Amino acid sequence: MEATIEVKGLRKRYGPVKALDGMSFTVTPGQVTGFVGPNGAGKSTTMRIIVGLDAADEGSALVGGRPYRSLRSPLRHLGALLDAAALQPSRTARHHLLWLAHSQGLPAARVEEVLELVGLAGAARRRAGGLSLGMRQRLGIAAALLGDPPVLMLDEPFNGLDPEGIVWIRGLLGSLAAEGRAVLVSSHLMSQLQDVAGHLVVAGRGRVVADTGVAQLIAEASRGRVRVRTAAREEAMAVLARAGAAVAATGPDTLTVSGPAAERIVELLTAQAVPFSEVAAHRASLEEAYMELTRDCVDYTGDYSGAAR
Amino acid sequence: MSAGAAAPYRSRLPAARERFAHLVRAEWTKFRTVRGWVAGAVAATLLTVALGLVIAAGSHSSCGAGPVETACPAPPLGPGGQAVEDRFFFLHRRLEGDGAITARLTAMSGVITYPPPGHDRIVSGLVPWAKAGVMVKAAARPGAPYAAVMLTGRHGVRMQHDFTEDVAGRPGGVSQHAPRWLRLVRAGDTLTGYESADGRSWSRIGTAQVAGLTAAVEVGLFVASPGDLTVKPGSAGGSIVQARFTQASAVFDHLAVEGRTAGAWQRTEVGDDEAAMTDWERFHRANGAAESGGVITVTGTGDIAPRLDGLRTEMLVTGALPGLIVVIVVAVLFVTAEYRRGLIRTTLLAGPRRGRMLAAKALVVGAVALLAGLVAAAVVLPAGQAILRGNGVVVLPVPQLTQARVALGLGALLGLAAVLAMALGALFRRSVAAVVAAIAAVVLPYVLATASVLPEELAQWLLGLTPAAGFAILQSLPRYPQVTWHYAPAEGFYPLPPWAGLAVLAGYAALALGLAAWRLRGRDT
Repeated sequence: MEATIEVKGLRKRYGPVKALDGMSFTVTPGQVTGFVGPNGAGKSTTMRIIVGLDAADEGSALVGGRPYRSLRSPLRHLGALLDAAALQPSRTARHHLLWLAHSQGLPAARVEEVLELVGLAGAARRRAGGLSLGMRQRLGIAAALLGDPPVLMLDEPFNGLDPEGIVWIRGLLGSLAAEGRAVLVSSHLMSQLQDVAGHLVVAGRGRVVADTGVAQLIAEASRGRVRVRTAAREEAMAVLARAGAAVAATGPDTLTVSGPAAERIVELLTAQAVPFSEVAAHRASLEEAYMELTRDCVDYTGDYSGAAR
Repeated sequence: MSAGAAAPYRSRLPAARERFAHLVRAEWTKFRTVRGWVAGAVAATLLTVALGLVIAAGSHSSCGAGPVETACPAPPLGPGGQAVEDRFFFLHRRLEGDGAITARLTAMSGVITYPPPGHDRIVSGLVPWAKAGVMVKAAARPGAPYAAVMLTGRHGVRMQHDFTEDVAGRPGGVSQHAPRWLRLVRAGDTLTGYESADGRSWSRIGTAQVAGLTAAVEVGLFVASPGDLTVKPGSAGGSIVQARFTQASAVFDHLAVEGRTAGAWQRTEVGDDEAAMTDWERFHRANGAAESGGVITVTGTGDIAPRLDGLRTEMLVTGALPGLIVVIVVAVLFVTAEYRRGLIRTTLLAGPRRGRMLAAKALVVGAVALLAGLVAAAVVLPAGQAILRGNGVVVLPVPQLTQARVALGLGALLGLAAVLAMALGALFRRSVAAVVAAIAAVVLPYVLATASVLPEELAQWLLGLTPAAGFAILQSLPRYPQVTWHYAPAEGFYPLPPWAGLAVLAGYAALALGLAAWRLRGRDT
């Protein structure tokens, strides 16, 4: 089976609300694809349609070239983490994985393997109701890995993990992709994706706003911007603004300037005798690049940074 | 991390073809790994057993006159092993080997004591199943095998044998101008009944194979008259059943026995019970046979029929009702808990074909409930019967096969009710609504129909059309057309035959399951 997810022209309405409006993208094997976008961009709806939980009004979503609902032993084709809290509280972690293993004809030994893999071996006999949010995330990841699938789809896997857990999962995602799997990861924390995602699908208002390699995206967002470090921030801003540059204060002694090239900035500051310690080409963070892209698509700006999805 | 550089991933896990059995096993693992559900299934079993034993332990019976208590005599058993009524007057003599008896009946009359509406007079009349005719019986002892040809009060001529078997001859009554000739021919174990209007042209009614006849049998005239049973609606719902003493007399002006007879004619009050003798018999007309100028008048009371009066085996499993409610709750939670936690999505990821997933769930919850019922019945039926015997209570015996059907039936009843409840849970996705709906569908109609609160027609209707029809599988005694009885749900008689009743419940379960699958298919989850 081809290790891909292909989403083509998905449309979906919930009453008057257009949840998806022509969502299209492809997840290819061998890299982590980040799936980002503000609240209401349609990320979770898209993921639910991919695994056949929701039905699209239009368009198609294929896993390895086939609709999910037609797959035999589907967990061997695609492993998904959608909602880590979806557990029967009185069932132990191990038993939760055991019934899933049985449903795919997998041996019980595979349960112990994935428990080991996600570092839950010690908590295997604890009831799911007593697990911390981080442990539930690990259990959900274990469930996704149970069938050793070539395609993985994780919705907000960083939620609830402690810093150590975040480091662990980024390493895990990277190595899963390096094995030749297709990995789709949604997140609202761009910084989490920065060093792990090779590709980015940015969703806004039910469609794809950008579908690009991460390196390319950052280069584009950085283009023409210069970072200036100066002790005389106010003076520098005034001088540069007068010269027609767009200036933003990004720290107590740093400015981001767009418009004039670095040489011209040095010239201007020197001419006015404004002291500065550094003038360098700015490298945008993924977060900045993302903000740039979605500026026009944010429906709920205020909610964006805090909410989970 | 460059795109498409690595070769596509190949899993090293052993391949396995998808099978329905995998889903069933997964659902079973789900069930057994939630302690509350397993406890529920065990509790349903224990509850059913405990209540059955309490019912048995609480039943006592003793007989005796005055202060002296004795064990009640067990009712006679017929050749089929069932309890029987076998009381009648018999004018008989011995027949050795094959032969025949022929008699002409010219009159049949009777009395019914204190019938409604006034309950103040003794009137003349025959009850529908008063019987007078000729009989061949292994011995003049209650329960002995027999065959008989008779005229009845309102059902014409019949040929009956061994208590349960009944074949209709010609309808109509008897009078001086229209006598009825009755004839019974014995050839080994084969008895053939005939009737005639003139004693020359005979028509065959039927042939009976009567096992257990010895070479010498008793042959003769008999008369029986069962109690006059009436049912009227009670003022507080339910029904009032009354039975009154009746007596019948038949006049025979011709009697001939062919074959090798031995000994004199004997008069036997078969199954007589001195204590039960009425004042009518004591002071007005005793049962008996009198001969005058070749005309014989035989007078008798009682009945020759299967006995329906007594404790039915299935009384012991009426304690299954609380257990059934527990089963319904567990079956509903088995699916609604998944909706409540969102776990249903994980279930659908593992088994995306909705119908198969529901079928696997139904199979598991149905099998668990079936097992609970079966185990409970296998314990409570023999144990309860032993306790009842110890308490002197007579349980109407039923064949082993019927016992097995009642036990299996209890399992099937719980199993199908569990499937129905689970399907309702999948339809409603709410525990309380589904539990209430399942109880309203299965338990409530049964309670209303059997608790003597509804008019009988409504009770029959409820147990014929609602899922509660499935309780019919527990009915251990059949209806007999030749026995006048109060065949009502409150007495343990259901409007549908056992398997038909169960099929109605199965139909509802299948329907609910189909609706749940259809709803699941068309919707976002």
